[in-house]
Amino acid sequence: MVRAMEKYLRPGIKSTPFCPGCGHGIIMNAILRAIDELKMDMNKMLFVSGIGCAAWIPSPHFNGDTLHTLHGRALAFATGAKLYNPNLCVMVVSGDGDLSSIGGNHLIHAARRDIDLKVICANNMIYGMTGGQAASTTPKGSKTSTTEEGNPYPPFDLCKLVAAAGATYVARYSVTQPVSLIRSIKKALLHMGFSFIEVLSPCPTQFGRRNRLDRPEEMIRELKRRCILEEEAEGLTEEELSEMIITGEFLS
Amino acid sequence: MPSSSNKTFFLRGMHYLSGNDASAEGAIAAGCRFYAGYPITPSSEIMERMSTRLREVGGVFIQMEDEIASISAVIGASWAGAKAMTATSGPGFSLMQEAIGYAAFTETPCVIIDVQRAGPCTGQATRVGSGDIMQAKWGSHGDYQVIALSPWSAQDMYDLTIQAFNLSEGYRVPVMLMADEAVGHLKENVFAGAKVEVWNRKKQKGSILFGVEEGDVSPMPSFGEGQKLSITGSTHNEFGIRKTDDPEAHAKLVDRINNKVLKNRCKIIETQDYFLEDAEIAVVAYGFTSRTSLYVVKRLRKEGIKVGLVRLKTLWPFPEEAMRGLRGGVKKVIIPEMNKGQVAGEVRKYCSCDVIPISQTNGEIIRPETILEAVKRII
Repeated sequence: MVRAMEKYLRPGIKSTPFCPGCGHGIIMNAILRAIDELKMDMNKMLFVSGIGCAAWIPSPHFNGDTLHTLHGRALAFATGAKLYNPNLCVMVVSGDGDLSSIGGNHLIHAARRDIDLKVICANNMIYGMTGGQAASTTPKGSKTSTTEEGNPYPPFDLCKLVAAAGATYVARYSVTQPVSLIRSIKKALLHMGFSFIEVLSPCPTQFGRRNRLDRPEEMIRELKRRCILEEEAEGLTEEELSEMIITGEFLS
Repeated sequence: MPSSSNKTFFLRGMHYLSGNDASAEGAIAAGCRFYAGYPITPSSEIMERMSTRLREVGGVFIQMEDEIASISAVIGASWAGAKAMTATSGPGFSLMQEAIGYAAFTETPCVIIDVQRAGPCTGQATRVGSGDIMQAKWGSHGDYQVIALSPWSAQDMYDLTIQAFNLSEGYRVPVMLMADEAVGHLKENVFAGAKVEVWNRKKQKGSILFGVEEGDVSPMPSFGEGQKLSITGSTHNEFGIRKTDDPEAHAKLVDRINNKVLKNRCKIIETQDYFLEDAEIAVVAYGFTSRTSLYVVKRLRKEGIKVGLVRLKTLWPFPEEAMRGLRGGVKKVIIPEMNKGQVAGEVRKYCSCDVIPISQTNGEIIRPETILEAVKRII
């Protein structure tokens, strides 16, 4: 953790809980930098998370109010807290499995209501904490501990999903695009309404080692190669496009 | 934060209300200012009335996407400072169980009203039952305690809803009002007193979040007060910091959330005795059935039969002292229930008398004749 952000950490926190090569530390940093640049009052920040690696990004590390809830239910807990005390700035930080699989119903309904929640979805495309099982975001063909032969099903496009459900700020960035990511988090913090940022985060421990991306730097390099902007996608063939991940702001 | 309530919005005096409507009024009188719920028969009238009443008193109402979301929103609102509740019936109560465990483990005050219908499964949605009594205590995984109350009238739906909020705030524990369809839909006069005893959440700046002493209930701060709370459903220390592999921390926390309720059991538990002094037969009953039982007991007394009634107002923690007290003259205990003997099993644990269950699970209330005949059979 960069020392400059230490003032936003709960006293006594000495290290991150994440595996070497995990992208979640970068997300942690990006959130805190956005908060720092906007001079947000941490006394009014409530960070809500579900269950999984990403849920530990804020809980208990961030020095605001942190609510570490049940698997999939972060958005429902957050909805209750925000509605009762609208003065709170409520940010939900959780993983792809938590928010879109077990919590999928809460995700579309929170988006539909357009309640002022800032959602950071750390997407590592796998269930990391439980040992690398396939998720609703695992790319088709990827190997996981429950899909040895490759995942037979296509993944959700989370941004399209929440946009269709009614979210009013939607963006996707990778941890390899930290400057854009910080700018996006700042926009979400200032946006009045349901904001959703999908952040692609490498999981070398569970995803990489099963998919010929054993080394963390290889996963980072792959993300850098595959993440392109919408305008860069123009002119690419369907085949070229199929392995690319479109990043940027889709609704703002 | 919702604006402070205008006192003129409170119900006062005598009103002709259904049990469900009375319970919503009790909630408003107790200071409930947040409701999240999902429609389900036979409890929906509570949600409908709360949607209107909370608007009138400046509270927050939201209809969620399911019961899991409802209880989750209630817990979130409770930590944001609200007295918060939800109401449901069997299938919804089942869905809420994981989060009820969360509320017990994180010591979050909240009230859950279960207007029981005929289960299991979808069962008969419009018919009566009391098959959720064991679920109220054991529905979530792990060892924890809750408080569960059992109303027998529309008046009780009002009074015990207030009591549910008071106990919930007082002990920082989920409290369940285990109503049934008969009590929920029963319409009768309900008196709302001008003065309501209301317990409010204890506040103390900088207090330890999750008490350190056994049997101790800590004051409870809210989000946004600058106390930088750390709340987690994982095992935690007294400051709310996760302790996922510390055996001592886990044992200490589980002991504490159990002892907090059990050590105060005498202050929590309420039962009512009728004609017990010289009784040879005791009926033990709760909910709508206890009302039928009292009618039967009175009728049999007129015939000179020495029968009495113990009415359980509190179901959990279970009134074991009252059951242990059934000795001396009492030889037999009859327990009429709209389930397969859920409370009868508990009574057997503590009562040395002959325990005779009357179990009826046909979606109908137990008729007086059924209890009457059962008593006469054993005289």
